[in-house]
Amino acid sequence: MTGLLDRRAVTAELLKDRGDLLVVTGLGSPSYDAMAAGDHDHNYYLWAAMGSAATVGFGLAMSQRSRSVLVLTGDGEMLMGLGALATIGQVLPPNLTFAVLDNGHYGETGMQQSHAGRGLELSRMAAAANFPWAKVVDDMDGVAELRDRIHARAGTSFATVKIDVGEVDRVLPPRDGVYVKNRFRNALGHPTI
Amino acid sequence: MTAMPALKGQETWQDQVLPILRSFDVRHVVYVPDAGHAAAIRGAEADNEITSLALTTEEEGIGYLAGAWLGGERGALLMQSSGVGNCLNTLALQAMTRFPLLMLVTMRGDWAEFNPWQNPMGQATEAALQLMGVRTWRADHPDEVAPLIQGAATMAFNGDESCAVLLGQRLIGEKKWVK
Repeated sequence: MTGLLDRRAVTAELLKDRGDLLVVTGLGSPSYDAMAAGDHDHNYYLWAAMGSAATVGFGLAMSQRSRSVLVLTGDGEMLMGLGALATIGQVLPPNLTFAVLDNGHYGETGMQQSHAGRGLELSRMAAAANFPWAKVVDDMDGVAELRDRIHARAGTSFATVKIDVGEVDRVLPPRDGVYVKNRFRNALGHPTI
Repeated sequence: MTAMPALKGQETWQDQVLPILRSFDVRHVVYVPDAGHAAAIRGAEADNEITSLALTTEEEGIGYLAGAWLGGERGALLMQSSGVGNCLNTLALQAMTRFPLLMLVTMRGDWAEFNPWQNPMGQATEAALQLMGVRTWRADHPDEVAPLIQGAATMAFNGDESCAVLLGQRLIGEKKWVK
């Protein structure tokens, strides 16, 4: 057995005492992980539009500059949005952090190996896009450091968190996207339209 | 992309685009560059109230504007018709969550197109948008641009709709490839 981390333990630690943290989750397991840690008005769960977790989190970070924004996604979802790292690299909002739960596989479609599983280290792509903090996290001390980083708003941050491929129960977040959007906006004090 | 001629003396339709966006309190102008959008992009970059941002591919703009709207701010996405093809799957995000999505699309492959490689996507652009639930309007004359953008913005921002104004090649002018 390797020392790879448990995705639910990682997510629970990252979302512990979250305060006014805003969270965007990529489709599939990261959405279930966030839900398992506790549904929240400030969670925005994606169920499709693969590759969009990065851009939704980026747009949110740009319109909510005084709050921390976490993009919680998987290696496959991040791979479909790699161009977004270059786009974000032009601006680098300090309140935006990525936690990419990297098991090296496409979990939702039958555990096919991903590019990350074949040796691509995503945090190096974030570093190439000039993210000031880009790391591999492979122990729970690193997860705790990443959690502090989320709340510090000290520079755009990106971590690949090396998690075990083991499958866990699906904890399904709401699929009504209008409801989730309106709930999120209402919690920030914005009307529905 | 080609360089825009310097605009002097009189206002053109290109000059009208950004003031209309401003009047709707648009705070984010995101784009993949095109010559037809050059004036709006220049204006947005010079405006301290507006974040202007180049994308690597057009569908990034849909996610970005969804996020900006979650945080309470409005934006617009500027692109060429070829980029509409890149957006199709991501348009599900607008259909499922409903947020104001205003797109301005400069056309290729629909009139006097020198490069036939532009024709397949250019010919499919409006139908593709409509298949994904986007409302579309087409401007082929300078006088049509301002009212159509005004109307599309009204429906996007007052109704959480996805609205596209197509700026035709007859409006933009024939692209000269050979001197």
